[in-house]
Amino acid sequence: MDLDDEGSNFELKEIQTLSGHTDRVWSLAWNPATGTDDAQPVIASCSGDKTVRIWERSALTRSWDCKAVLEETHTRTVRSCTWSPSGKLLATASFDATTAIWENVGGDFQCVSTLEGHENEVKSVSWNASESLLATCSRDKTVWIWEVMPGNEFECASVLQGHTQDVKMVKWHPTMDILFSCSYDNTIKVWAEDDTGDWHCIQTIVSGHSSTVWAISFNAGGDKMVTCSDDLTLKVWEADIEGMRSGNDQVLWKHLSTLSGYHDRTIFSVHWSREGIIASGAADDAIRFFVESKDSVVDGPSYRLLLKKEKAHDMDVNVVQWSPGENRVMASASDDGTIKIWELATSSN
Amino acid sequence: MVSGLINANPVVYEKKERRQRPASIPDADEYSAEAIDQLEVFDHVRDIKDPEHPYSLEELKVISEDAIEVDDRRSYVSCFRVTFTPTVEHCSMATVIGLCLRVKLMRSLPSRYKVDIRVAPGTHATEAAVNKQLNDKERIAAALENPNLVDMVDECLAPSYA
Repeated sequence: MDLDDEGSNFELKEIQTLSGHTDRVWSLAWNPATGTDDAQPVIASCSGDKTVRIWERSALTRSWDCKAVLEETHTRTVRSCTWSPSGKLLATASFDATTAIWENVGGDFQCVSTLEGHENEVKSVSWNASESLLATCSRDKTVWIWEVMPGNEFECASVLQGHTQDVKMVKWHPTMDILFSCSYDNTIKVWAEDDTGDWHCIQTIVSGHSSTVWAISFNAGGDKMVTCSDDLTLKVWEADIEGMRSGNDQVLWKHLSTLSGYHDRTIFSVHWSREGIIASGAADDAIRFFVESKDSVVDGPSYRLLLKKEKAHDMDVNVVQWSPGENRVMASASDDGTIKIWELATSSN
Repeated sequence: MVSGLINANPVVYEKKERRQRPASIPDADEYSAEAIDQLEVFDHVRDIKDPEHPYSLEELKVISEDAIEVDDRRSYVSCFRVTFTPTVEHCSMATVIGLCLRVKLMRSLPSRYKVDIRVAPGTHATEAAVNKQLNDKERIAAALENPNLVDMVDECLAPSYA
């Protein structure tokens, strides 16, 4: 396979640049239900301009257009956005301390619910795999878990305390109802529900990163995760997935590998593709790709740099996200106010 | 809490002579091939007013030309490191001064320049905490959406016609 061949040359081809936002773009999300034969790919993006934009690629022209601008709802920066697994709802987290839930009603996006409770800026929001739970986190140091009820009602199930600083991101495990959070306090926390329905922290990874942890991403199998940090490293962690599946609370995530020396400015985003390619977006305007190295090392797998795209954007790259549909297609967004669609291709020799 | 100024009697220094700059471009040219140097960065920040006293950061020696470094390790990214010295070790105005430096440089330099801001090592009681906040872009962005903070910063950045 070309990823294993260290002689393969890759290049990151720019497909299109999406402009429209009038301030930095903080995050984006591919609609998981699109990008198939029937449904054209759709992306939601959110910005410091307080709006969310919905972009769709035309079946006819194959060109991306902005289909909707969701405005007049959030009163401050919209920091993150994520679609529900079915693609029917969009959750947006804002510095205005609220999380809005949007539904596409006949082509028109309407805000069907507003989740309040955090004391200040909400930084991230995540849906669990079965769409029954939503998690949010904030600078108020807490993580909230919400139950999704019928009729677009959301009920707060738990307010999780434990982080000692601003919580930057929350992410549910891809298959199990286990929640992960990472913070300005340099730690990663793992949260699970016990038999009595109470949520509590089952692990705190404290001697990992030496500065703010900005993002978490899981591999396709859910037995590994990668985190990125202001400490200029990516760290890969693994856990015994069978143990987790059998409900063993004592299963711990262990450090597998640290990728250091590749980044010299803060890494804001990391995303693991279905195929196993780790993409990172950093404050040096570059996007980097890493794959597992086939040189078997006694201590376990190591990772190698596949490609570095310098000046991917004119300013900091805030987010990188692989397309759920098409192979090796990726989107990134930046402080420069644009979103770029890319294809990772092998360069013809 | 003790009311009144944190440092009621700051030491005031003489301002350094200003270099004549070619009166060509009023604002920074995005695509200018000419690199911006330390003195130009210093020119942008020297007149920022201290939040508490009617003196500039230069006059209080909070910022000086030597405290601005160019980091040219990488060819594709241009970075500056700005080090400032609060007048007292427990200065709670340190984050405000840092914020003023950030905002002024954001408004003055082309967007391709990265700026790292820190307090001079050994000059502040919670140095690591202040530095971390000043270099967390998300925290800075949220702070600048706070109208009270923005007013304070704008006050410090407003030109004074002495």
